[in-house]
Amino acid sequence: MNAFLQHLIPLVIAVIAAMIWLGLNALVWVYCERKFAGHIQRRPGPFEVGPHGILQPLIDGLKLMGKQLLTPDNADAVLYWLAPLLSMIPVMLLYMPIPYGPILTGMEVNLGLLLILAFSSFSALAVILAGWSSNNKWGLLGAARAVSQTVAYEIPLLLTVLAISFMTGTLNLTEITNLQAGYIWNWYIFKQPLAFLIFLVAMFGETNRAPFDLAEAESELTAGFHTEYSAMGFGLFFLAEYGYMVVMCSVCSVLFLGGYHGPFPGVDGWWWMILKTFALLSFMIWARWTFPRVRFDQLLNINWKWLLPLATFNLLATALIMKL
Amino acid sequence: MGKFKENVIQPILDCWSLIVGLKITGKYFCKPLITVHYPREVLDDENLRTYGGHVELIGKSKDPAMPKCISCMMCVTNCPSKCLTVVKSKPPKPTAAEEAAMKAAEEAGEKVAKPKAPKNPAKFIYDYSLCSLCGTCIENCPAKSLRFSNDIYWVATSRKEMKLDLLARLKAQATELSAPVHKTEAVAAAAEKEA
Ligand code: SF4
Ligand code: SF4
Repeated sequence: MNAFLQHLIPLVIAVIAAMIWLGLNALVWVYCERKFAGHIQRRPGPFEVGPHGILQPLIDGLKLMGKQLLTPDNADAVLYWLAPLLSMIPVMLLYMPIPYGPILTGMEVNLGLLLILAFSSFSALAVILAGWSSNNKWGLLGAARAVSQTVAYEIPLLLTVLAISFMTGTLNLTEITNLQAGYIWNWYIFKQPLAFLIFLVAMFGETNRAPFDLAEAESELTAGFHTEYSAMGFGLFFLAEYGYMVVMCSVCSVLFLGGYHGPFPGVDGWWWMILKTFALLSFMIWARWTFPRVRFDQLLNINWKWLLPLATFNLLATALIMKL
Repeated sequence: MGKFKENVIQPILDCWSLIVGLKITGKYFCKPLITVHYPREVLDDENLRTYGGHVELIGKSKDPAMPKCISCMMCVTNCPSKCLTVVKSKPPKPTAAEEAAMKAAEEAGEKVAKPKAPKNPAKFIYDYSLCSLCGTCIENCPAKSLRFSNDIYWVATSRKEMKLDLLARLKAQATELSAPVHKTEAVAAAAEKEA
């Protein structure tokens, strides 16, 4: 009993911490994204609520919570409400194996990388369920697009991750981080630059972010899979998107940018991890407000004609070099 | 070889355009903002000159309260939204003495010059709620009597109020009595008061 509690208590703390971290990130990044977009377009972004609109995300959250939850006629109510929950809950789990620091890891698992890849597919499932059960043709189209998009982008993502674990011989994220300790050239971005680029592109596809936000595509599909969702139904999808972005950026910084290790020995710490993750997040936002949305056939072409062959080539080359 | 270049080399070169795009947005990100924080800051009238508000009449240079309009109806016939109503002026009613004189002249077999109607319109009504601001009326006016106003502060709370009597508006503008005070002027006046 005692041993059980000993394992349970840290886990509960980790889950709560992950929830807080997720909520905080969502609040901050919704605000940052709007400010970022504003400055790129040379307007101030949110400005009226609080100094420089700093309270805007909070107020928006309150507004979302205060609205009525509607289920459309003839929608599959169970699936319809399962979808936002399904998009939200696994995200919390995704934070568990990410090493933010030597002891700042929610859950040490040997298969951390696998866990993240497995559970991240839930977001795709949520999108598909939401679109399918909405009894709305735009939702349905969004779901159809989400299927082909996520299935396509999962493959190069997996192949690049596989290349890393070929090199390291482990799926444990903490171990992968520790292998990159020391000077900056130990980081895998320098050993696997191609994998890093592919991962970066696939990351946009996986998180449904612009320019690859074709499941949502508000100009073609009004809002795609979440057209019918009101209030917190939509809010959960929104939160999950940001949560998921943070996860992907964290994984990227662990795999390629040395995680919590600094560029030279002796300056390691969780702040490096945060810094790298936030830099990647800023890049995602920057890209979103720079590139126009790709067409659907272009999206698939980029994946099947470029990312997939390149990722396969990268994997084979890695395997060959490791064998020699 | 051409196919290879088109399908492989070119896309890789095209990736450079992504970097260029990021460079441009990055540059704009660092530039100062150009949005005006409206209630606290306003633009001066100079910057509002390019603003195309509702259609308004232009007065004659000699008599600013009188429009240059010659009631030709070109604007009315050309307006795709049918939001203009122009009523031509009637000839002035002759006084009793004039009428008698005219009658006398007629009886004497002389040619009588009946008083002509003035060219300027009696009524010029414009329904802003229908106008698409296409500018066709302005382009077609032979007397160059129409233009877009620069008044960005004009508001109405009902559809009825959006029916503007442009003649009355022109008169008001000419006399500046009831013309709306521009925000910039108001701010300047307030600043003067404070000083
Ligand atoms: S701007 Fe166009 S719609 Fe408006 S009054 Fe003139 S012709 Fe009619
Ligand atoms: S405003 Fe111009 S086009 Fe319209 S009736 Fe007068 S003169 Fe003719």
